Amino acid sequence: MNELLQQLTEAVGVSSGEHAVRLLIRDLIADHVDEWWVDAMGNLLARKQGTGAVDLRVLVDAHMDEVGLMITEIDSSGMLKFSGVGGFDNRALLGKVVQVGPQKVTGVIGAKPIHLLDGSERDTVVKMEAMRIDIGAKDKEAAQGKVNVGDLAAFVTPYEELGETAVGKAFDNRAGCAALIELLRAEPYPFDLYAAFTVQEEVGLRGAQVAAYAVQPDAALVLECTPAYDLPNENDVSPNVALGLGPSIYVMDGVTIQDPRLVGHITRTADTHGIPYQIRQPGGGGTNTAVIQRAHGGVPSATIAVPGRYAHTPALMIHLDDYANAVKLAEAALRGLTPEIIKRNHH
Amino acid sequence: MNELIQKLVEAYGPSGFEDQMRTLIRPEIEPYADEISVDALGNLIALKKGNGSGLKVMVAAHMDEIGVMVTHVTKEGFLRFTNIGGVLSHTLLGNRVQFANGVTGIVYSDRIEERDKVHPLNKHYIDVGATSKEDCPVGVGDAAGFVRPFLAQGKRLSAKSMDDRIGCAVAIGALQRLSAAPHDVYFVFSVQEEVGTRGAQTAANALAPDVGIALDVTLTGDMPEARPMAVNLGEGPAIKVKDSGMIAHAGLVRLMRRRAEEAHIPFQLEVLDGGSTDARAMQISGPGVAAGCISIPCRYVHSQSETVDADDVENSIRLLVEILSQPLEI
Repeated sequence: MNELLQQLTEAVGVSSGEHAVRLLIRDLIADHVDEWWVDAMGNLLARKQGTGAVDLRVLVDAHMDEVGLMITEIDSSGMLKFSGVGGFDNRALLGKVVQVGPQKVTGVIGAKPIHLLDGSERDTVVKMEAMRIDIGAKDKEAAQGKVNVGDLAAFVTPYEELGETAVGKAFDNRAGCAALIELLRAEPYPFDLYAAFTVQEEVGLRGAQVAAYAVQPDAALVLECTPAYDLPNENDVSPNVALGLGPSIYVMDGVTIQDPRLVGHITRTADTHGIPYQIRQPGGGGTNTAVIQRAHGGVPSATIAVPGRYAHTPALMIHLDDYANAVKLAEAALRGLTPEIIKRNHH
Repeated sequence: MNELIQKLVEAYGPSGFEDQMRTLIRPEIEPYADEISVDALGNLIALKKGNGSGLKVMVAAHMDEIGVMVTHVTKEGFLRFTNIGGVLSHTLLGNRVQFANGVTGIVYSDRIEERDKVHPLNKHYIDVGATSKEDCPVGVGDAAGFVRPFLAQGKRLSAKSMDDRIGCAVAIGALQRLSAAPHDVYFVFSVQEEVGTRGAQTAANALAPDVGIALDVTLTGDMPEARPMAVNLGEGPAIKVKDSGMIAHAGLVRLMRRRAEEAHIPFQLEVLDGGSTDARAMQISGPGVAAGCISIPCRYVHSQSETVDADDVENSIRLLVEILSQPLEI
């Protein structure tokens, strides 16, 4: 059992409420870094001193936050109205168990049961506005004693390993956090490594924007969990990324074109070390790389991601080999990083 | 001039992959610049030093062009792709694209059932002559630009990437003619404009200029049944007043108009409904920059036959030189 993944995915940290995850990670890295600090937005930053062999300042980012819900209203019957924090497919919500607020009050996302639905209702997706979280309170007053408007709610899914794969909530992006923790626990790098466990990625890459601004690195690597869509299909279309084929390397998404020199460095590193990898299908989506790349005068940046099925639902699935290979690839790529790779030819 | 334009417009350089453009432009500007540098994102920056009495000015023309990127290779060796920047399906059938390694592909679409309808981008494919996934010379993540030879017919110049290689040509022309200017002028040949003015953003962050002037193409309203727009080909550079991303600095617009009038350079005023330029990124960088744009009127933007007028190009250079040679009282 991978205890790191278990601890991290079972911790609760919906965007802006990353406190518990931050404390957990702080304790996991404190003995392996030279200094750590928390910035104004709540990003956990750390510096791991290098050997000094290579003159670079390198930032590795993984966001701590997960998607969740926020309570917007307690109605007269004690039911909780809510809105999404981060992106959701409404079809993934009904019937799911959530934990609400600091007291982790258990609730279930409810709607009219199938027995009572008429024909047309069966064919339509219930909108989030029509859903309620039921915490078993008999009226508004009873609910107000346990939860408040503005409380965050998170999914509840225990971590479980099914042979080669693992199921749990919040692999996006605790898988990246776990990988970054492993990188910090390794031997010192040739350069000072700055780790940023960032907040509020799911609501718009907000934490990484200020973290990159503060660190001002020469190069950056973002560790992520990218949605895999590799269910069987009849047409000859490629999966976005597939489970078990190795960590995925970004080239272009909806908001970033990765630095081609770093992409080349990472794929060459994988080839040299015999680490499997897959190029993430270019297209939509976006990661913290967008804001890190554009901080100050620009930062050469790349992204390595663990493929995860069923992203932004209560239960994701990753392949444990993909995770292990992502750590291996990130570490090898960092250890092989030199100024020459990102230097511009001036002649 | 046409020789330079031909070189620039026929070169490969989709957003994010502008290496060949940098290599091409560098020797054109080297003899005229005091300093040349390339920043982290790949912007090529040439400094023409002033006499110390002026301001710090950033002039931006983007090197990148729209293009496509491979998303999937089929068993039979056909390539599915996504867009880099604003690629219209209407411009694709039978057209050719080229990858960085020189491989050329033909673009076509899935079976056409209804002749009045255009397939979306993801129902198009590229044929590079491969017969299987295994013998296909390009793969997922490879970027391609369009291919089309430069055409000079009278005063009309057509090419696949006038947007914004013609802006690069204007910048190069102005740099070559500029002498004894009061201002420190940074000519930035920027990257990744077509995907969201990303290069100009970091260049402006680093340079922190007082004034920013973008050089880019703008649409015209002078074709049959065109969307009405008071900019015509051949009637002079367009001084941008507003587009959907920026309202130009009013003082800078006034100064541009005055310089054009004093030098008897024809000009038009531009209000563009859709789109924006590097000027937007400059305007809102750091604590803010007085930003504007000299636009080169261009028909058929984001097709492979973007068309400009040679007189507009020459007058854009003249206007930029007039602006940069004199005090910027804004």
